[in-house]
Amino acid sequence: MFIVRPDLADEDVDKVVSTIETQVTSAGGAVKNIERMGKRRLAYLVRNFADGLYILLTIEGPGSAISEVERRLRVTEPVIKFITVRVDEEQKRLGKVKAFRDAHRRGQGTHAQAAAEGAQTAEPPTEQAPAQA
Amino acid sequence: MADENTQQPQAPAASEGGAPRPQGGRPPRSGPGGGPGGPRGERKYFRRKKVCKFCTEKIDAIDYKDYRLLGQFVAESGRIVPRRLSGVCTPHQRRLSRAIKQARNIALLPFASASRP
Repeated sequence: MFIVRPDLADEDVDKVVSTIETQVTSAGGAVKNIERMGKRRLAYLVRNFADGLYILLTIEGPGSAISEVERRLRVTEPVIKFITVRVDEEQKRLGKVKAFRDAHRRGQGTHAQAAAEGAQTAEPPTEQAPAQA
Repeated sequence: MADENTQQPQAPAASEGGAPRPQGGRPPRSGPGGGPGGPRGERKYFRRKKVCKFCTEKIDAIDYKDYRLLGQFVAESGRIVPRRLSGVCTPHQRRLSRAIKQARNIALLPFASASRP
């Protein structure tokens, strides 16, 4: 997830995002999802900015690609803050928990299970951090 | 009368085995055994009988992006509420703490806001 300065025009923001995207793919990774979370008020001043545009990028790739992307983010001028959160282990754990719960639920009523599965499968692909159960 | 008075102190002494106990006047305060030890410091948060919110609602993943949920476990000063006040269970408190720190790093939660007097 990274924050871009709020005084950028829309197309500049798009340019920044696409630059990062190309860097990811050239370094051997794949961008799974891009989510623009809009302008938000920051909890503290970052480089004298009180708001920022939040962008969430879900990336899959080798460690070298990720560190390369981080390095580029650090030098990109419009990006004022970024954080990289690793989610593969968390997704694995969540998958196990869900599988366990589904196995249990199978014994009780299929209606509830079908509704729950429908809701759960929609969530994981769209988030970088683990989805809520 | 004299006999009764002299006998009385002996009987209780024998039964207590020497442990002094003030007689009467102490109301039985048994209360919920694990409750937080009295109002001390920040007691803004729930003093229920130690029910972990995450366990009851079956929330698996504590996401750093979910600042509203995380904000419930952060005091006014921005500090993370201790487990004994919020009633969260240990594994969830660890994950919560990690998520709050991640959120702080990405300016979704403050490090410190209204400072303590």
